[in-house]
Amino acid sequence: MSSSAKGEAALALHRFGMGPRPGSIAAIASDPRGALIAELDRPLALSAAEGLPSSAKAYRTVADANARRTAKAKQAQQQAKKLQEKQQVATAGTAMVEGANEPHSEKQAQDAGEMAAKKAADAVPDPGRPIYLQEAKVRIEAALAAEIGFAERLVWFWSNHFSISANRIQSMSGAYERESIRPNALGRFVDLLVSVETHPAMLFYLDNLASMGANSIAGINRSRGLNENLARETLELHTLGVRTGYTQDDVISFANVLTGWTLVPPGDNPEHGGEFTFNARLHEPGPQTVLGKLYEQEDAEQGRAVLRDLASHPATATHVANKLACHFVADTPPPALVEQMAKTFRDTEGNLKEVAKAMVSSDDAWSQPATKLKRPSEWGVAMVRSTGIMQIDPTRFTAGQELLGEPLWRPPSPKGYPDDEASWIDGIGRRLDIANNFAERVAATADPHDIIENVMGSSVSLEAREAVDRAESRQQALALLFMSADFQRR
Amino acid sequence: MSFANHLPTRREMLIGSGALFAWTQMPKIARAEGRDPRLLVIILRGALDGLGAVAPVGDPDWIGLRGESALLLDGKTPALPLDSFFALNPAMPNLYRLYKKQQALVVHGTATPYRERSHFDGQDVLESGIAKPGAVSTGWLNRALVAMESGGRVDPAGSRVLGVGAVTPLVVRGAAPVMSWVPQKLLPASADTQNRLLDLYQHTDPKLAIVLQARMRLAALGGLPGMSDPMSEDPTFAPPGIARVRAYFAEAAGTAARYLARPDGPRVGAMGFVGWDTHIAEGAITGQLANLLGALDGAFAAVETNMGEAWNETVVAVVTEFGRTARINGTNGTDHGTGTVAFLAGGALRGGRVVADWPGLKPAQLLEDRDLKPTIDLRAVLKGILKDHLRLEDGVLARAIFPDSADVKPMTGLVG
Repeated sequence: MSSSAKGEAALALHRFGMGPRPGSIAAIASDPRGALIAELDRPLALSAAEGLPSSAKAYRTVADANARRTAKAKQAQQQAKKLQEKQQVATAGTAMVEGANEPHSEKQAQDAGEMAAKKAADAVPDPGRPIYLQEAKVRIEAALAAEIGFAERLVWFWSNHFSISANRIQSMSGAYERESIRPNALGRFVDLLVSVETHPAMLFYLDNLASMGANSIAGINRSRGLNENLARETLELHTLGVRTGYTQDDVISFANVLTGWTLVPPGDNPEHGGEFTFNARLHEPGPQTVLGKLYEQEDAEQGRAVLRDLASHPATATHVANKLACHFVADTPPPALVEQMAKTFRDTEGNLKEVAKAMVSSDDAWSQPATKLKRPSEWGVAMVRSTGIMQIDPTRFTAGQELLGEPLWRPPSPKGYPDDEASWIDGIGRRLDIANNFAERVAATADPHDIIENVMGSSVSLEAREAVDRAESRQQALALLFMSADFQRR
Repeated sequence: MSFANHLPTRREMLIGSGALFAWTQMPKIARAEGRDPRLLVIILRGALDGLGAVAPVGDPDWIGLRGESALLLDGKTPALPLDSFFALNPAMPNLYRLYKKQQALVVHGTATPYRERSHFDGQDVLESGIAKPGAVSTGWLNRALVAMESGGRVDPAGSRVLGVGAVTPLVVRGAAPVMSWVPQKLLPASADTQNRLLDLYQHTDPKLAIVLQARMRLAALGGLPGMSDPMSEDPTFAPPGIARVRAYFAEAAGTAARYLARPDGPRVGAMGFVGWDTHIAEGAITGQLANLLGALDGAFAAVETNMGEAWNETVVAVVTEFGRTARINGTNGTDHGTGTVAFLAGGALRGGRVVADWPGLKPAQLLEDRDLKPTIDLRAVLKGILKDHLRLEDGVLARAIFPDSADVKPMTGLVG
């Protein structure tokens, strides 16, 4: 096996995969590009996810807990109030004499009530957090188990492209990725788009649940009305891209189209609460013009028709191709590569597997120097993969990601996490703390020389090898290896 | 070989739980005498510069050897006189106080039988007690515990070795069960690790180098004032987070002591401290080494305090895989060497002295014209402690604990 073949295999794992595992370079060295493509043809199912609740079920569970919490708090507050009143009656004589104390005791009663309410509320645990951690574990371990991890990287990419935030909908954040992103990440873009924009998590996150048309049944009698958020972000972030010619009128029309896209209220319906539904009472009646085209469909079909056209718009092809190339290949990818991917997108009606294949089939995707800095999540998984560890503690792992500025499913805005070096490079110092800590935990079982020889192979520079050889302890050697440019760059 | 036993599943569990310290219970023979001895072993990983820790100020070649880096009795930061010949690094006032109380002792010019200069192999030899490095899975302290228990049979519910930290040190691994405890405080990447990474980046990735350097400068600015003299060293190498290192050493050692002090606790424990590989800007007087020795000094104080009454029955042994070059290298540091010091502290010692068979510092007196020549086999020191403090027999020590060491006699008179 030539060293250049191994070099390409290592690059395949770093640039397009989740990082090398023991033996993985040798396994794909005969045909790294073929191995990447072959991975796309395998199913992306998550066997470990079987016990996890659907997004609607998770949402209902949290809603139930919230309802219980509110009820308990109210009950406790009332009891505290009654108790306080009794005491006040008992001490009324004194209170009359010391009149100045009257307002004070009233405030005391209020404080006591609030404290009792808070205590009672806190006694009902939030089921959202454990669901989030279970989802995180399944996601991260899928990345650890993947042979190369190209398909998992694509799931992560699309999940970030169609960002939601667990800060607002913790319980659904993992299920959203499993239900909308994963099944479509290697399918057609239009199916991915429709699945995402009709997912309760997205509708919740981008404020579409209560958006109503001014002339809808619900809207006529209310002061509340249209919310443009989902329409704008769908145009700007999810499909066409910013400054691609759509106008404010397009945003408003599209927002009108999307009115009525909401979810079944969880309290009303123990079986379907939290699922997507089209609520005609909220929907703005009549045709709408978006990007110069008239949409006359009734109900949710109107929105689906707009999404179909957005998915096949040439601007979407370019936007998506550029973003994929920026993520995988270079912060400023070769224009020829982007065009080749955009052309594939257009020619195949947005077949995402074909677009991914077009990328790894292009020499341009391989000839770029390794100037990309792995995002913290990628780097963390790569570090664990290199040691052969297959299981993680999700609390610890997500805490690490958070420390590094990339908390799982909690991006700061609908734009998702950035992908460029400049956004992440200042976090290198913190990475060192994490690497040092991880190295300390695994130093007894992970041998740095073994990782160089059997995991990283020729992708480790001579300088990094020397640093490992000279390290004062296995822990230090591992920390230096994990921090080396060979491990950070791709 | 009975000493090659180990319990991988248990070890893996401990690693999974993320711990660094190991322990055993009361040695039977000592108990029969009405004693209840404790032994805590601290491994300094990275190779301690013994000459920077305990300086031979009475050696006529000392100043010529180390120049401006030489600790002196009349230096700007005067070294602490131990006797007419040796002086202690001034960063260690607690150890000095204990020394004056005859509760601390220094062994100088000592080394394990290992004569190469690889950290990993050197630590293997130091901790395994076996002269050849390699695939060793048990440590001498664990085997000592096994030997103390009813003729070699370990009661798994009884004997325990205490290990502190995320990695169970090899010295305590073996057939006797290891209890482990991980300090709450995270040990930050040492100044040394940061410097090495910076060096790596400077050779491979200038952008990452710039970022890391900026962080190190920032951390140095935020450090404790007066901890280092920015004029005397390259500010790049100012030790960021030394306060955290001090806190970690003190917490780890202090908590170990609390466990060892308990009536039902373990009696033998070990932990490792990293950061001693001072190739660049060693700073024995005001830099990294002084800071690390200061942190170690704090660990002694924490052990003494937390042992309480049990301090009188305690020996703390601080050992390292090998020493460093006698001369300063081209980057104001020292490279891997051979002879170095071992520190012993504890109320059970006959301290207040430096044990040495001084080899001298003239070029011909140095090992290979570069290292302090070892004149005391470290195994003799450790065997002396195991024999007189824990009551292990000569034969067992020479066969099972430090195999093939019959010609290395246990040093007498260290304890009692």
